[in-house]
Amino acid sequence: MTAVSVTGLRKRYGDHEAVRGIDFAIESGEVFGLLGPNGAGKTTTVEILEGYRKRDAGDVRVLGIDPQQSGTAWRERIGVMLQSSSLYPNLTVRESLRVFAGYYSHPRDPEEVIGIVELGEKAEARVRTLSGGQQRRLDLGLALVGDPELIFLDEPTTGFDPGARRAAWQTIRNLHALGKTILLTTHYLDEAEQLADRVAVLRDGVIVREGTPAELTGGAVETEIRYRRGGEEVVERTRDATRRLHELTAEALARGEELDELEVRRPTLEDVYLELTAE
Amino acid sequence: MRLFLHELRTEQVLFWRNREAAFFTFFLPVIFFLVFGSIYGNDRISGIRGAAFLEAGMIGYGVASTAFAGLAITMVIRRESGVLKRIRATPLPPWTYLVAVLVSTFITFLVEAVILIGLGRVLFSVGLPSRPFSLLFALVIGAASFAALGLGLTGFVRSAEGSSAVVNFVYLPMAIISGTFFSPEKYPGFLRAIADVLPLTYFTKLTRDIMVRHDHVWSQGGSIAIVLVWGAIGLAAAIRGFRWQPREG
Repeated sequence: MTAVSVTGLRKRYGDHEAVRGIDFAIESGEVFGLLGPNGAGKTTTVEILEGYRKRDAGDVRVLGIDPQQSGTAWRERIGVMLQSSSLYPNLTVRESLRVFAGYYSHPRDPEEVIGIVELGEKAEARVRTLSGGQQRRLDLGLALVGDPELIFLDEPTTGFDPGARRAAWQTIRNLHALGKTILLTTHYLDEAEQLADRVAVLRDGVIVREGTPAELTGGAVETEIRYRRGGEEVVERTRDATRRLHELTAEALARGEELDELEVRRPTLEDVYLELTAE
Repeated sequence: MRLFLHELRTEQVLFWRNREAAFFTFFLPVIFFLVFGSIYGNDRISGIRGAAFLEAGMIGYGVASTAFAGLAITMVIRRESGVLKRIRATPLPPWTYLVAVLVSTFITFLVEAVILIGLGRVLFSVGLPSRPFSLLFALVIGAASFAALGLGLTGFVRSAEGSSAVVNFVYLPMAIISGTFFSPEKYPGFLRAIADVLPLTYFTKLTRDIMVRHDHVWSQGGSIAIVLVWGAIGLAAAIRGFRWQPREG
C-alpha cells in the first residue's frame, strides 16, 4: 500500500520556485529519506505533505487524502516533529506527553513513550531544564504519542552528540520495526544510510537521484583510485575500476615500480551526495 | 467537549506555572489596589470614595493585563516558538483550542475580579456589588472585547522577544490614561481627548457605574456599544493578522 504519493509537485514563493515538479512515493512501513542541502526544498515539500502549505501544482496524497482537504480524522493518523523544538518550557516531560496524548482518541500510553524516547529519569523535570538533545527527544515523543501510522521527522538529530544520535537512531529503527511509515529529512548522510530504506536527493527543487542507499552508491558513480608516483599523489576516477586497476598494476610491474599508498575506494553515500549536489 | 475541557485544564496549568507572567498580569492589579487603596482609599474621587473608585478601576486594569496584554504576549510566544504550529498538526480543532484559551483567560480574570472585590470589602470596607449579574455581563463583554484586541495585536508583533515591549507600550499608557487609577476629570485636555476614545475608559466607566452607582448594565448602552466597537475592530485585526506559524525566515 502507498502511504504517500507525490506527482508533479510545484511551489513558488514570489519569483523563486522552491519546488520544481517532483514525483515520489512512499510505501507503508517504509523509512524514506529526503536528503539535500539547505534551500533545496526539503522543508517546503514536507510542510506541503503535513498540510501546512498549499501547493501551486501537482497531486499529493497522504494516507489517501489530499492534505489541503484534511481534517481531524486525518491528523489522528500522522505525527509531526518540526525542525525546531516547539515545547511548553514550564511543563514537565510527563505533563507535556499527557497534554498531547489528550488530543488523540487512541493515544499511546505516555509512560510507554517516555520509555521509547529514553527520558525515564527526566519524566518529572521541567522542559526548560532539559538539554537540547533531551528536548529533541521529547519532541520526538510528542510526534509518537498519538500512535500515528505516518511520522514526519524534520532533521530529528540536528545538534545531538554522537551518543544521543545513536540512541535516536535506535528509536527510529524500533518504530520502523513496529511497521510505522517514516519520512525523514536530514542533511546527515550517515543518518540516511543507517535508517532509510530509500532515499531521494533534492537539489534546487528537483529530485536528482532516488533509490536505496545501496543503489545510490552502486552503479552510477565512479570508483576512486589513489596512489603515489614519484612522490606526487595521483587520483583517478573511473567507471571501470577492475580494468583500470589491472592496467595500472600491470604497467607498474612491467616497470618494476611500486604503486605507493595504493588505495581503491568505493563511493559512500556522502560522495554521491556531494557529487549530485555540487554546482 | 472532552477536548475542550482537556485544553481548558492545560491552559490553566500553563498560566499558573508561568510565575513571571502570572505576577504581571494577575497579581499586579491586586498589589496596586492594596498600595493605592491605602494611599487614597479614604479620599473622594469624582464624588465617590477612593477605595470604591480604585476597586472598579483595578478590575479595568485587570481586564487590560489579563485579557489584552497577557493573552497577546502568550500567543506571540507560542506562535514564534512553533507551539501553535505543532498544535495545528494534532486532531485538536483550531476553534476548540482558541475558545479554550479565551475561556481560560476569562476564568483567570474572573478570579482576579473576585479577589479585588473581596479585598475591597475586607480591607477598605467597600460594599459588595449590588448588581452581580449586571457586573458579570459587563465583565464578559469587556474580556471578550479586550481579548479580541489582544489577538488582533499579535499580527503586529514580529518576534517573541519584542512582544512584551510592544504590548506594554500599548497597554500601560492606556491603563493610566483611561482613568483606572485616577479620575480623568483633572487631566489636561489632550489626555482627556485620548481617554475619550479608548475602550478601557468606557469599560472602567461601565464597571464603576454598575458597582458604585448601582446601575443596571442595560442603562449603560453607550459604554457597552463603544467597548463592543473596539472589540469588533480587534476581531477584524485578528482575522486578518492572527497566524499559527512563525514568520518565514
